Amino acid sequence: MVTSGDFGVNDFAFKVATVNGTGSASANGLLLQALFRMGIPVSGKNVFPSNIQGLPTWYEIRVNKDSYTARSPDFHLVVAMNPQSYGRDIEEVVSGGWILYDDTKPLEEELVRDDVTFLGLPLAEMCVREFEGSRTRILMKNITYVGALVALLDIDVEVVKGMLQEKFSHKQHLMEANFRAIEMGASAARERFDCPLPIRLERMDATSDCVMVTGNAAAALGCVYAGATVGAWYPITPSTSLMDGFTEYCERFRVDPETGKKKFCIIQAEDELAAAGMVIGAGWMGARAFTPTSGPGISLMSEFIGLAYYAEIPSVFFDVQRTGPSTGMPTRTQQGDLMLTAYASHGDTKHIVLFPADPKECFEFAVAAFDLAERFQTPTFVVSDLDIGMNDWMIPRLEWDDEYRPDRGKVLSAAELEEAESFYRYLDVDGDHVPYRSLPGVHPKGAYFTRGSGHDKYGRYTEGSDEYIEVVDRILKKVESAADSVPEPEVLAGSHGSNGAGPSSRGELSNGAGPTSYDARYGLVSIGGCHWAVLEARDELTRRGLDVDYLRVRGFPFNQTVEDFLVGHERIFVIEQNRDEQLRKLLTIETGCPKEKLTSITYYGGQPLSKGHVLEGLAQHIDVPPELLPAGAAP
Amino acid sequence: MSYITKPVARHKGDRTNGLGLTTRDYEGSMSTLCAGCGHDSVTAALIQAFWELDVEPHRVAKLSGIGCSSKTPTYFIKEAHGFNSVHGRMPSIAAGANAANRDLLYVGISGDGDSLSIGLGQFCHAIRRNVNMLYVLENNGVYGLTKGQFSASADIGSKSKKGEVNRQGPIDPVSVALTLGATFVARSFSGDKQQLVPILEAGLEHDGFAFVDVISPCVTFNDHVGSTKSYAYTRTHMHEVVQTDFVPIRSEIRTEYAEGTVREVKMHDGSSVRLRKVDDDYDPTDRHAAIEYLGSVADQGEIATGLLYLAEAGEDLHRFSATVDQPLVSLGYEELCPGSEVLREVQKEWW
Repeated sequence: MVTSGDFGVNDFAFKVATVNGTGSASANGLLLQALFRMGIPVSGKNVFPSNIQGLPTWYEIRVNKDSYTARSPDFHLVVAMNPQSYGRDIEEVVSGGWILYDDTKPLEEELVRDDVTFLGLPLAEMCVREFEGSRTRILMKNITYVGALVALLDIDVEVVKGMLQEKFSHKQHLMEANFRAIEMGASAARERFDCPLPIRLERMDATSDCVMVTGNAAAALGCVYAGATVGAWYPITPSTSLMDGFTEYCERFRVDPETGKKKFCIIQAEDELAAAGMVIGAGWMGARAFTPTSGPGISLMSEFIGLAYYAEIPSVFFDVQRTGPSTGMPTRTQQGDLMLTAYASHGDTKHIVLFPADPKECFEFAVAAFDLAERFQTPTFVVSDLDIGMNDWMIPRLEWDDEYRPDRGKVLSAAELEEAESFYRYLDVDGDHVPYRSLPGVHPKGAYFTRGSGHDKYGRYTEGSDEYIEVVDRILKKVESAADSVPEPEVLAGSHGSNGAGPSSRGELSNGAGPTSYDARYGLVSIGGCHWAVLEARDELTRRGLDVDYLRVRGFPFNQTVEDFLVGHERIFVIEQNRDEQLRKLLTIETGCPKEKLTSITYYGGQPLSKGHVLEGLAQHIDVPPELLPAGAAP
Repeated sequence: MSYITKPVARHKGDRTNGLGLTTRDYEGSMSTLCAGCGHDSVTAALIQAFWELDVEPHRVAKLSGIGCSSKTPTYFIKEAHGFNSVHGRMPSIAAGANAANRDLLYVGISGDGDSLSIGLGQFCHAIRRNVNMLYVLENNGVYGLTKGQFSASADIGSKSKKGEVNRQGPIDPVSVALTLGATFVARSFSGDKQQLVPILEAGLEHDGFAFVDVISPCVTFNDHVGSTKSYAYTRTHMHEVVQTDFVPIRSEIRTEYAEGTVREVKMHDGSSVRLRKVDDDYDPTDRHAAIEYLGSVADQGEIATGLLYLAEAGEDLHRFSATVDQPLVSLGYEELCPGSEVLREVQKEWW
């Protein structure tokens, strides 16, 4: 009996510890890909340092036949390739687990544990014997441990070879070297150990409708599909790969085949302030424009965000959150920008914010963000995090409706302006708080002065109280009215969806109203990437007869479904990844729910949330079946 | 009440341009700047330039940051879209706007606080990025709206209204622009419309970032004895090194110069700029020589004016981005979305 959770076939987690910059990333990608291609649900978390070369780095892989993909910190196997981090790595294996290490040099005695099995292979020595050149030897050591895992975990070697063939189809010598390393690692493991281990893999057919992708790549593709033409940015981890993705997809799909000219413009700005300014300038002209950044960037952009809010200029901001405050831990994840994005900039402001939980929603919400930004003529945020943005996630295949056309909002054409008796930019003509917009260069009658200074509903400069109030009050109503247009919260009530194994639901973009009454006493509320751990924890509780309802917030401002959920339960647990209970505070500020009713469960150490965080947090307040808790964690 | 609509006054005999418009059609709201402010003269020169160039009013985009200078886009071309942005950040708005719609005529108006202090970075990068626009810096050496603090262009030894003497060296925007590779660099004086109008015209026609530093005295806070940005000081110390004539397409050359003293530079649209060297040893097409020469003029306490440097615009934001010829905002959605079939194909690469 192991201490936490059962493991065995297609249900375990392992971790590879290496040195940053030694080429292990591609070996680990190879591993993840191989498992996925064997049809087994899998998730990978890259735990990397803010460093180019030399510091410890880890790659965690969770295999779960029931498709639970949240991070699992219970490692049944550690591939310890970095003596620098041996101590910590060996400590992290669950009792009864295994450690694969390089025994070219003997392990120091104090590192040895007697409750785990040490699997030593002289990987460095083998590579010195087999390969020429120090760089090749370092690279091939990574492939050799993959080979050992092929034997230890029963990875289909043909799948691995197939991938190497695809990768090195034009580099025969590299392919052969990689094949040799795989074979060498596998046979060495078979010679010395009883292969496979009890934790092992069996082919399944659970991934054929899925793809593996990062949230940043999916969001980038969403920007392409939304018709974004201008992207401005300043490089910052963990958002950089979003613009890399946009560049790559645009180079493929947006270049005129005849002229070679580009139907997009990407500007690497001098800083985040300028990036925001460029987005606003392009949005003013009528282009769909965006910037990807992280929390420090949002801090710098805040002045401009207020301008876009007050001057009512559509603009889209992606905040791939990392651990703050200040520079914080740039390569660790967090949800620390909830308050920041909801109310960014000085003065009275409030923004539309979307919270994707995985790459599928990064794609969908990217498209939705441009529609919302233009419909409501306001800055719109898509707030993901490092875990969603940079890690590979297994998601259902993305779909696209070719009937989709962008919602450009109320933009007047030259003909409409010609016909119009008069045009005033900030006049609430239709009573829906959204004024009509004209674009520069279209018609002389459309001209007005865009300004961040006080203006009246006719667009004229003012320092008059009544004229000022009239405009800012309308803007507030406008943004609040977006509550019914942002993605509907995902609600799981009763024992819905948790009868079988596996995550019960995947939210669809819908705008139907949620339930207004609930049977369960307790409700969980969560957000973004917490979803998968919360879902797993809730399913376990439900299976043991403890019904808790669950609502995942997907957009801000909150709509009535959120308020009804809070009102409809005796007690609400708000699960989020920041110290200051930001979601709980937002719920308190923005709904009528008394704050005593909301209890926070927070985790903010920089790793993705796991079900243990949720269950242990709940156990502080309610009776959680003790078998669900790690030893010693019971209240 | 800070907004004053200016009645359009039409007079018999007002001259019309090629579009049948009078200079009145290029005016904006009534200025709320102090009477005698240099900036109002710059506005008048701009109106003249737009009118003479037959610019369609609604095809102009006028932008600014914050400060007295940044109020001035309100005072010209009411039929053009304007954008009064945030302090020092107009260049990024202009870059984004230009990226989205390259077909408009962009005019940015800034000041010395806006461009040389809070917005120095954005100013530099707009030059480096070669955003196709006319960038006018109305330079008075002082913060007006906050009542008289020195700006970063204040000269050493210049005295404030309260008698304080500036001891920090100035940032000279002309030197900055030349050093960073600007292809059109001029300095003029708000009080010299003769000189300023052709420079503005040439700047509007220049196919890249055209920088014009205009000494534009602040009558309220920096026009006293001891100030080096006053009307009197500028008039006495102005040293015109190049005279500029702008010759629109198919127009007759208005001024005759002695042979050998004039250099004619063709603009991309077929118009031309004629530069007459006042100083024999000055070459307005040699960047390094210009930097050196202007430094020596400044050392003598003089203010070099004229179209000081002009070259082919080279690659601008669109050329180095290789964007399509038509404005990005004019592309239909069908041209931008790869569609469901491509999405299926792309996902095959996602393992």
